[in-house]
Amino acid sequence: MAEYQNIFTQVQIRGPGYAGVPVEGTAGYRVGQGFFSYWLGKLGDAQVGPVYLGWTGIASLLCGFIAFEIIGLNMFASVNWDPIQFVRQLPWLALEPPAPAYGLRIPPLNEGGWWLMAGFFLTLSILLWWVRVYRRARVLGMGTHLAWAFASAIFLYLSLGFIRPILMGAWAEAVPFGIFPHLDWTAAFSIRYGNLFYNPFHMLSIAFLYGSAVLFAMHGATILAVSHFGGEREVEQIVDRGTAYERAALFWRWTMGFNATAESIHRWGWWFAVLVTLTGGIGILLTGTVVDNWYLWAVKHGVAPMYPAVFPSVADPTLVPGG
Amino acid sequence: MSVFTMRLLAGISAALALLLVVYAFEFPPVDSVQRGYRGLAMEENSNPRTDRAKVRANQLPEPAPATDPAGQKASEVYTNVKVLGDMDANEFLRLMTDMTTWVSPEQGCAYCHDENDLAAERPYTKIVSRRMLEMVRYINGSWKTHVADTGVTCWACHRGQPVPASVWYLDSPKTARGAAGNLAGQNVASAAGGITALPVDPFTPFLKDANEIRVISGTALPAGNRASIKQTEWTYSLMMHISKGLGVNCTYCHNSRSFFDWDQSTPQRTTAWYGIRMTRDINTQFLEPLTPQFPASRLGPLGDVAKVNCATCHEGVNKPLYGASMVKDYPILIGPAPARTASAAPAAAK
Repeated sequence: MAEYQNIFTQVQIRGPGYAGVPVEGTAGYRVGQGFFSYWLGKLGDAQVGPVYLGWTGIASLLCGFIAFEIIGLNMFASVNWDPIQFVRQLPWLALEPPAPAYGLRIPPLNEGGWWLMAGFFLTLSILLWWVRVYRRARVLGMGTHLAWAFASAIFLYLSLGFIRPILMGAWAEAVPFGIFPHLDWTAAFSIRYGNLFYNPFHMLSIAFLYGSAVLFAMHGATILAVSHFGGEREVEQIVDRGTAYERAALFWRWTMGFNATAESIHRWGWWFAVLVTLTGGIGILLTGTVVDNWYLWAVKHGVAPMYPAVFPSVADPTLVPGG
Repeated sequence: MSVFTMRLLAGISAALALLLVVYAFEFPPVDSVQRGYRGLAMEENSNPRTDRAKVRANQLPEPAPATDPAGQKASEVYTNVKVLGDMDANEFLRLMTDMTTWVSPEQGCAYCHDENDLAAERPYTKIVSRRMLEMVRYINGSWKTHVADTGVTCWACHRGQPVPASVWYLDSPKTARGAAGNLAGQNVASAAGGITALPVDPFTPFLKDANEIRVISGTALPAGNRASIKQTEWTYSLMMHISKGLGVNCTYCHNSRSFFDWDQSTPQRTTAWYGIRMTRDINTQFLEPLTPQFPASRLGPLGDVAKVNCATCHEGVNKPLYGASMVKDYPILIGPAPARTASAAPAAAK
């Protein structure tokens, strides 16, 4: 029984590396024979490779590398090329978008031009990787579910860094590249627009985000808990239910009165994950363009409650006569 | 995996977790007191350890012993007394003694006076201290909206040091020379902004220049507010400075669900609003014009004079010196109430 209670994968397969299903033509070409890693086998399949990059993969990595270098070298320059300060202050460092005064024009390199360039290459890298995900799935005869889920995340990324800045008329509205700076940006964004928690699409996004985590935990736990009855053969159990499925289903009916099926739980998971970024992106695009103060919007529509006053009344000093 | 390896991994994980807990969290006991309506998280936190340090930093000085009145004005006994001439000569001497305790206890009278000729207009510190006396009188007379009747003396900022511990200068740009690495005034650990990556100098735009602090719209839908997110970060940094300088949460003044809304704010927000304007007033009307008086060694890297911010007086406490009023023993330090101006609104504005 003990192996089911372990956090790490217990079974590792060793043998000649498996190249995968045969695929016709150059699309089926793979580099090397692959190798086995004991430690990666603790987390996933111990076999690493063989890989296929193709031109989209290579171009994507190249563009990603260029973006990474532009961001990293700008950060390095910002600490006067001091390697110790670079490591010490790395979480604070950033490549900042142009000032609002530049609008949507192309600014000088050190006034946001580098940011625009890094964003261009990062976006190109991500889009090329999307093409790669889509095409690899087609070549293998798979559905394109992964590509469309990835597209949902890309939609949020583009909403924040490209679509909304264009709608607002300034690159300055976009997110800086940096660890703490992008978090400060997030807090400032919420404050500027009167508290993003009152944005209903932000609410939906949070619900789907936390919901995704709960669903993943429930599903993973359920399948591990019935794997010694053959429960890991989930896909087969969509149409051919065995004792593992019946036990798991009964468990959930007992505990919450309702159960997903071996098919529907995967659709739940996919939609919850996709909707995190889809609703999030919509919430971002509405902010500043359609709604300027989410708290007041929520008051107007009866979402934000009023609380009893406990302090003496306070007035805006700029509105006080003689003030 | 062997039992030993499992235990080793568990041990390492536990040690790392412990390190994170010790490093990232404030050691108890943290006490919190609710101030706003329940459920709004409007509460103030305190910790006896940090409180002890704050108490140490906010001690009152020992005043000089009281004297009998001389019966003569200071201006009749001493020459060249321009600000305090109307007070009793003995009281004047006592104030001079106290001022030495407040500003230059180690350097003594000679810090601001030529010891061979106390009336002489040298050294430069005499010129500065005279202007500072005028400033103290101005603050106590004209800025009751911020200092109320508690008032301030030299000690409020100086605390026994010729240069107060918390002052600020214009920030020299730390950007690499060349075509890359523009920090845009932020994106390094900002001491003012509470070790965030927010702008490092929120003082120049708001406590020296009168840039707009407000960024949030007063209407639900867009109606012409062009404040950017970057601009919001500057305001945010100033607010972090106030929070740190006063040792309070955002919720000391604001209901954080709606920062801009005065109807849901605490009365302290009004006091702080006047405080920001008072600080700007001090920097522009009193400190900056003194720049030519100071020797280069007392100026900042960009040649500007030391300026004040909230922390200069507050030193980590919501009321400087825990609200003790020193000025009540020195009525001469309370200037005349001003003619009503925009920057010095009447106390009724509260």
